[in-house]
Amino acid sequence: MTTLTVNGEPFSLSGRTVADLVQALNLSGRRLAVEVNRDIVPKSAHADHVLRDGDVVEIVHAIGGG
Amino acid sequence: MSDLLDIAGKTYSSRLLIGTGKYKDFEETRSAIEESGAQIVTVAIRRTNIGQNADEPNLLDFVSPDKYTILPNTAGCFNAEDAVRTCKLARELLDGHDLVKLEVLGDQKTLYPNITHTLKAAQTLVDDGFKVMVYTNDDPIVAKELESMGCVAVMPLGSLIGSGLGILNPHNIRLILEEAEVPIIVDAGVGTASDAAIAMELGCDGVLLNSAVAHANKPILMASAMRKAIEAGRESFLAGRMPRKAYAAASSPLDGVSR
Repeated sequence: MTTLTVNGEPFSLSGRTVADLVQALNLSGRRLAVEVNRDIVPKSAHADHVLRDGDVVEIVHAIGGG
Repeated sequence: MSDLLDIAGKTYSSRLLIGTGKYKDFEETRSAIEESGAQIVTVAIRRTNIGQNADEPNLLDFVSPDKYTILPNTAGCFNAEDAVRTCKLARELLDGHDLVKLEVLGDQKTLYPNITHTLKAAQTLVDDGFKVMVYTNDDPIVAKELESMGCVAVMPLGSLIGSGLGILNPHNIRLILEEAEVPIIVDAGVGTASDAAIAMELGCDGVLLNSAVAHANKPILMASAMRKAIEAGRESFLAGRMPRKAYAAASSPLDGVSR
């Protein structure tokens, strides 16, 4: 288990990578952007980027705005 | 007649830029945008809801980046650091798309731009390769400064965001226009179609609005009104209005009236 903070909430991930996290959250295939410890993790690196205990993850998407 | 809006080397036939906030639902958002004729559409960047309805619809499924130029904003950012971070997230979200709307806000009550932080963020973003369309106040000196820094469009407020008070200081907008070498787009304050027409008659290159359409009783009808107002205002500007006179000048000849 990897213990993370995801969008401000504690989250325990059974996988290891950003791609595992995205899948665990049922967000695969959706248009989003991921930041780990304030650094962008590009989509191309989701499968390779290994998350560590204590990592702070932000996942964002587009919503209505002016 | 070809009269196109050029932003960062890309041309647009519509001079209306429209927001996607505050609509009843995504269907209404899509219909209003379609009716408005806008080709540049703003979105906000926010945290994805975790553990909730994974099937919830996504705005970009309704307003496709294949069809529209998506303009992510930094709404909700009150300092340069947050605004830059939001732009980087947006660029990743939109597969490297680097056109952004920078807005750094001063306080909740007025949503007036914090110019110190706006200038700081603009410099960082321009240096990082972003094409920055920047929300600012109607100060001509600040507008010129933002242009000099390399912003691709300067977007002064007509009045406070969401206020619908129209163009409160047309004289300042005119001063900005006199010196501008990049597109000047009135962003914020437009409440109804005549406000948009006034902005265009002043010579603005475009108008960005959201609430005026989304909060109209009939948003889709107002979207149509805005499209026409922008076109009418632009043509009126290009045509050049007649001079104002203090006294009457008859349109029909005064001679030869039967007596």
